[in-house]
Amino acid sequence: MDKELLEREVKEIADSWKGKEGNLIMVLHQIQNRYGYVPREVSLILSEILDVPLARIYEVITFYHFFRLTPPGKHTISVCMGTACYLKGGAEILGELEHLLCVKPGETTKDGQFHLEMVRCLGCCGLAPVLKIGEKVYGGVKKKDLGDIIAHYSEETETQVTA
Amino acid sequence: MVKALINGIKVEVPENTTILDAARKAQIKIPTLCKHPDAYLHASAACGICLVRVRGNRKMLRACSTPLEEGMDIITHDPEIVSIRRTVVELFLSNHPNECLTCGRNNNCELQSLVADFGIREEFFDKIVRNIPKDDSTGNVVLEPRKCINCGRCVDVCQNVQDVWALTFLQRGFNTRMAPAGDISLADSPCVRCGQCAAHCPTGAIFEKDDSVLAWKALRDPEQYCVVQIAPAVRVALGEAFGFPIGANVTKKIYTALRRMGFKAIFDTNFAADVTIMEEASEFIERFAHKKGPLPLITTCCPSWVDFMEKFHHDMIPHFSSAKSPHEMMGVLVKTYYAEKNKIDPAKLKVISVMPCTAKKFEISRSHEMSASGFQDVDVVLTTRELARMIKQAGIDFANLPEEECDPVLGDYSGAGTIFGATGGVMEAALRTAYAFVTGKKLPKVEFNNVRGLKGVKETSVNIEGTEVRIAVAHGLANVEYVLNQVRKAQKEGKPLPYHFIEVMACPGGCVGGGGQPYGVTDELRTARAKGLYTDDEAQTVRCSHENPYVQQLYKEFLGKPLSEKAHHLLHTKYQPLPIYRR
Repeated sequence: MDKELLEREVKEIADSWKGKEGNLIMVLHQIQNRYGYVPREVSLILSEILDVPLARIYEVITFYHFFRLTPPGKHTISVCMGTACYLKGGAEILGELEHLLCVKPGETTKDGQFHLEMVRCLGCCGLAPVLKIGEKVYGGVKKKDLGDIIAHYSEETETQVTA
Repeated sequence: MVKALINGIKVEVPENTTILDAARKAQIKIPTLCKHPDAYLHASAACGICLVRVRGNRKMLRACSTPLEEGMDIITHDPEIVSIRRTVVELFLSNHPNECLTCGRNNNCELQSLVADFGIREEFFDKIVRNIPKDDSTGNVVLEPRKCINCGRCVDVCQNVQDVWALTFLQRGFNTRMAPAGDISLADSPCVRCGQCAAHCPTGAIFEKDDSVLAWKALRDPEQYCVVQIAPAVRVALGEAFGFPIGANVTKKIYTALRRMGFKAIFDTNFAADVTIMEEASEFIERFAHKKGPLPLITTCCPSWVDFMEKFHHDMIPHFSSAKSPHEMMGVLVKTYYAEKNKIDPAKLKVISVMPCTAKKFEISRSHEMSASGFQDVDVVLTTRELARMIKQAGIDFANLPEEECDPVLGDYSGAGTIFGATGGVMEAALRTAYAFVTGKKLPKVEFNNVRGLKGVKETSVNIEGTEVRIAVAHGLANVEYVLNQVRKAQKEGKPLPYHFIEVMACPGGCVGGGGQPYGVTDELRTARAKGLYTDDEAQTVRCSHENPYVQQLYKEFLGKPLSEKAHHLLHTKYQPLPIYRR
């Protein structure tokens, strides 16, 4: 994005919280809603207009798991590590996904397609082990199915690209 | 006052004294890894080793962050407490690399000492050492986060004492790690290389880049002519590494040691401090009496302060004295004046500076003005700590060395030169000479006691023949903001300036408390080291820079007069605004 435009947008968001106690975290929430993550350039602009050291901004961003420093992947794969899923092999599912996608939890694949994360209990323990891609829930997942599931999403992208 | 019992011993301390400090007064040492005895640092209650028992309280309390209360009955050591502390130390070990032998803090590490004191012979817990890379991007202050125990001292000193905000904690829980602001390299962060983080770190997580190998290499080369200089504050701190009392002045033993190490000429930065005063006092008079240039004039001997101003206070750049710092002046004078006088090829001269400072390592290559001689004026900077190690490597029995003199013509100094190492010292030295320059008279009393001492900001005025000169002295970078804001306010409102002359030193206490000095600094140490310098000043027959006969000779033979074209070319520099974050 063009720097001037970005500065204007960030300033607009920051101004709406100006002078209010604890505004940093609220501003960051809005920034993340707007861009999907907190880009470095935005933190630098914020540091200047809010007069908060970059150190403090990053303390907050990295303390709360909610905030992201990298763009989210196109598809977020959430692997449940709640008690039931864990006992039913959630860790193995996660391990296999790490292997297939070559990323660790919290990371996004190089092509930006998949973001892998661990979650605690999706509220459907009867289906354990569970994973979720976007809004779609997969229950009773087996390690050997994972390749196909991922391929499905990858294909979807490819078709979109050709179309 | 609060009265209480600690291990049955009656103690009486002022209110809000922590149990830790109160116990210390009763000769009881409660171990801690996170609380530094330096009063500038806050208790973070991070390590949990200082737990004590208070009778009537079921929970154990952290001595570092619990104020002593009236009537408390405290047990600091019993078998259970010791066993808990031992477990905490074992937990620290479980994520600390076993690299003591090659660590910068070997034999001088607070964690290592505790492990030794507790006699830990086996590692009970599984080892999980985080794989965080070393950051040596600045070339002077090195971060090794794997060795960090998350005590928070560096972050506290960087954010609250120095107001730099280069260091921070990122993430949370087990993953919490000390890192430069915004998770970039330290060189890209606002770091001003003051080294206060390194001076306060309990382990080897932050330390100075060791350049002793470069110094030995130069000394070994028969083609090189190695010249050395020692900064004011080094002489009253190095002795600590060899069992001398705090603040002992070991100047002449250092001269001897350096000569025995193979240096061909031993010079003293104090001499160059006298030259700095000639230039800076003249500059002040130009601006003050002849209205040539903006006031207030701000001193620039401290490279961390220069870096800080270039990053955070661009509007103050015109107020900066253009005079270089003393060790840079020495460097250029060695490679021009001394080289010419002694017919030595400056290409073969190596200038090595022993400094109380990590930022001086950075200063020698900060701009092209630092190569005014046509070569890099200073080649290697060693901290006081590095010199102590080199003296040991050289097999020199420092404590029993005879005392020798330094070499002419860049060695002998005035009392004004030696007090440069303490906060207020540069100001005092400048006033002594400025007074003489303005009035043409000798000062009846050379001491300016109002600028001495450890108060964060010292404001006073001096009467020079009926004209009032208002001055301010600040040390610890967080204290600078107030002083500069007073100036800005007056400028904005069109009121008379609050000060005409400002001295700033980045480290609390000035260079005596510098980031390259021996560990364990407290106000008691700062005061004792400063006292060593003031005593040295009193012992000198020449107390003012302009009266130093060698300085007079230098101007007569080489520079002409202060602020001459030649002096400007060799002894002055420029400043530029820098971004706070380089990416």
